[in-house]
Amino acid sequence: MNQPKKYSNFNATMAIAKASFRSITRSPSAVVFSLAFPLIFIVVFANIGGSGVSVDVAVAKTCDTTSPVYSALKKNPLVHFITNKTTAEMATSLSRGDIAAIIDIQKNNTLPLYTINVQYSNASAQKGGVFKSELTNLYFRINSSTNHAPPTVAEVRSTTIKGREYKYIDFLLPGMLGFSLLSSGVFGTAFVFLSLRLTLVIKRFFATPVKKYSIVLGEALARLVFSLLGAVFIILVGHYWFGFTLIHGVVTVLNMLVLASIGLIIFMGFGFVISGIAKNESSVPPISNIITMPQFLLSGTFFSVTAFPVWLQTISKILPLTYLNDAMREVAFEGAGLGDVTHQLLILGAWFIGIYAVAVKTFRWE
Amino acid sequence: MADKPIITVKNLVKNYGDFAAVKGISFEVYEGEIFGLLGPNGAGKTTTLEVIETLRDKTSGEITVDGFDIETGADSIKQVIGVQLQAAGYYPNLNLSELINLFSGLYGINKTPMEMLEKVALTDKAKAKYKDLSGGQKQRFSIATTLINNPRIIFLDEPTTGLDPQARRNLWDLIREIRDAGTTVVITTHYMDEAEELCDRVAFVDGGHIIGIDTPNNFIDKLVAGGFERKKQVKLANLEDVFINMTGKEWREG
Repeated sequence: MNQPKKYSNFNATMAIAKASFRSITRSPSAVVFSLAFPLIFIVVFANIGGSGVSVDVAVAKTCDTTSPVYSALKKNPLVHFITNKTTAEMATSLSRGDIAAIIDIQKNNTLPLYTINVQYSNASAQKGGVFKSELTNLYFRINSSTNHAPPTVAEVRSTTIKGREYKYIDFLLPGMLGFSLLSSGVFGTAFVFLSLRLTLVIKRFFATPVKKYSIVLGEALARLVFSLLGAVFIILVGHYWFGFTLIHGVVTVLNMLVLASIGLIIFMGFGFVISGIAKNESSVPPISNIITMPQFLLSGTFFSVTAFPVWLQTISKILPLTYLNDAMREVAFEGAGLGDVTHQLLILGAWFIGIYAVAVKTFRWE
Repeated sequence: MADKPIITVKNLVKNYGDFAAVKGISFEVYEGEIFGLLGPNGAGKTTTLEVIETLRDKTSGEITVDGFDIETGADSIKQVIGVQLQAAGYYPNLNLSELINLFSGLYGINKTPMEMLEKVALTDKAKAKYKDLSGGQKQRFSIATTLINNPRIIFLDEPTTGLDPQARRNLWDLIREIRDAGTTVVITTHYMDEAEELCDRVAFVDGGHIIGIDTPNNFIDKLVAGGFERKKQVKLANLEDVFINMTGKEWREG
């Protein structure tokens, strides 16, 4: 007889974790949802955001396009000249706010050399303002470069304080991380446990000495490791290619990973519930979408929650992803520690308790 | 063979709600034999097996497996049995080696995948996925997973259903080898020729009861002694013999 070794629940858990991790990495949907989609969104949206604002300015027919003022404005990336409109079209466009201004530069025979006539519109006051400030900048630059004498009446000295530039990627990336965790946690967990149950894999496991908690823990561990590796990858791509701000470097990344783990564990709770209530594999996507879509849209994944009307914001303020995204942004951009986001963590904690209370009731082993 | 019972079932009852699937079954399985549970679909064979395998709770009755009581020693029983389920799948996206590793971990036993796959002649499929195997290969792999923990008893639930004659005979040989190596085998089947060929003793189960238990030979002799005669005179060979003779014995990997 071989000496019976003491049965190790740890080894059994690890065996499941290892198997599950291999299986996840070979599952196309897991890779697509956790890595490909977030990265595609980042590439697409970061580039749209990166091009910045530009204002459309129509050029009047009488405008002197040979003047240095004109060429200087033309070089300005913020200004986009429109030259193919008739005078009447320009007038309508301006009154509708489609363009920011109409410019008409006249060369004078006396000083000043050029007169710049600009027409603005209330309909596009904001963009008009951008153009106006660009024009003012240019005005000072040109005047001072042509005339070396000190300014006669007043001098403008502008100083810009050095602040951190809040780029769209700083907003977008935490949202994408949240999306990745949400889909992996909800879809992945629901699919895996449902299919393991339906194909009797779990039943076969039960004929071995393995404990139930080893199965859940092993699966959770595999998903956690996979999602965190995915998160690190997304953060690194964001940081090195898109200039994602990591205030305290590695510490920030570690804090983000702690948040990611918390988020994933909560989202997996939804997955457990779905695997319990779904009758078969084709009913997983609709139920999962009911849970993920509202969070995807309303939790500040692509744009700030504050952009919504108040009644929608109240819904946003219930969803767990909102608080995960919030906390992520605080940590990544503001350099907050985990102690500074206790409010978000408390609400996530409430979700954790709530969802696992439901999961314990609905989860089925066979 | 000394008839030393390794499984004892006494008055096993299993109800699913109002439905009584097993209505007081008693039998013994002897150490080192191939024991067949035979009966039509819905007779209660699978339920009986699953209760013995500790996968289902019994409603009442007493069961001991290799000296362990099913109520107090379920964990110990799991250590000494190997179970092949009817129509069970395996963990998705893993190849056979990885699946064996997984089961080794679940049993807490160090076995190399090759060692196990060799026992069922599947070493060349070590990197294949379970779903890509033929029917016979799938069953042999299932049996390999039941052997990982050097079990005292293995349970095979309809292992030959859906297999072609060559694969079926190949599996019989494997099951006999396992028995000859000292493992007790409990098997269910719908095929009487299989039971006659393979089983040392069989029990007939119908409507949740055991209606007879003996060796295949004794059953047949008793029936014949009672004056039974086949309508058609038995020939020295049957159609399966013809099939095997014409298509060859070697097993097709199809």
